[in-house]
Amino acid sequence: MSQVKVPVVRNILEANERLAKANRTIFDQAGIFAVNLMSSPGAGKTSLLEKTIDGLGDRYRIAVIEGDIQSSYDAERIQRKGVQAVQINTDGACHLDGGMVLEAIEALDLDGLDLLVIENVGNLVCPAEFNLGEHHKVMILSVAEGDDKPLKYPLMFQTSSVLLVNKIDLLPYVDCDLEKIRQRAGQLNPRQQIFEVSCRGGAGLDAWYAWLETEIARVRVNRG
Amino acid sequence: MHEMAIAESLLGIVLDESGRHGITRVNRIQLQVGALAAVVPAALTFCFELISRDTIVADAVLAIEMVAVVVRCPECKERFEVDNQFYVCPRCGPIPAGLDLTSGRELTLLSIEGESGDEDESSESPCGEEYPRGQ
Repeated sequence: MSQVKVPVVRNILEANERLAKANRTIFDQAGIFAVNLMSSPGAGKTSLLEKTIDGLGDRYRIAVIEGDIQSSYDAERIQRKGVQAVQINTDGACHLDGGMVLEAIEALDLDGLDLLVIENVGNLVCPAEFNLGEHHKVMILSVAEGDDKPLKYPLMFQTSSVLLVNKIDLLPYVDCDLEKIRQRAGQLNPRQQIFEVSCRGGAGLDAWYAWLETEIARVRVNRG
Repeated sequence: MHEMAIAESLLGIVLDESGRHGITRVNRIQLQVGALAAVVPAALTFCFELISRDTIVADAVLAIEMVAVVVRCPECKERFEVDNQFYVCPRCGPIPAGLDLTSGRELTLLSIEGESGDEDESSESPCGEEYPRGQ
């Protein structure tokens, strides 16, 4: 019997990173553009998806993985739009991980799919830490949540390629300064693209669709 | 509250490394957690104690070293610790854009200490360092 000290230096989340890589390989080989969509609860993730399906559904094959703590309400909303939707119930977990997404992918028909949106659990903290194999992380911040959110949840803003500022139709009624959001998000992540939108009225969504189309085309060239 | 998921991943790696290095009882685990990871050390310790209860890791000490968020100012290239999550360079003032994060996202296992059942096996370990009991 002896005392041992073993230096290790391993990423604690390496198991998740491995699964995320496996997912990414599946997406790349099938030429599917995959997005990890994150926000706090009620910021408009499912509404954005419904609008996106309306806007692009006639030209692209879209599928959705819905992550929620409970219920299949969101998957049913998406299925009513006529696209494939798989619900993951995390049974209390506050974020999706690579393994949950891998299981959900197996339930999807990937043939000819152009865009897969993985709607994460509503939460501005934990989902930022877990890669799912997505090409881009996209986040939504609704103006009713306030312009201080980049200060309070820096990792989410730091890791997201795109920020959709939603519910801009509510700006006259809330104390939210768009310029402060732009400035604070820009400090954290200068490469982040910002789209100011209203999923309710449809304002600003064309720029978001154009971004998606460019990225879909970029990934689709891999398709054999 | 993603501490449980992190605790589960950590336990998996600790058991894997212990098996590989012939450790039969783990006493201390050293890890680094970046301030941006939003991990509460007490919650991580609680989760880890709970799931490691019936393993060779039971009762091991989790030595969590918190790592501050450090960024490099794009203007003066000076590194500074971020205070209160507000990105202001002590020399240049508020950073318009392009800050370079140099630490704060760590979630890293650094070392495992414990008892090895077989001295020969542990001394063969390429990265294990041995020292006498009771040190």
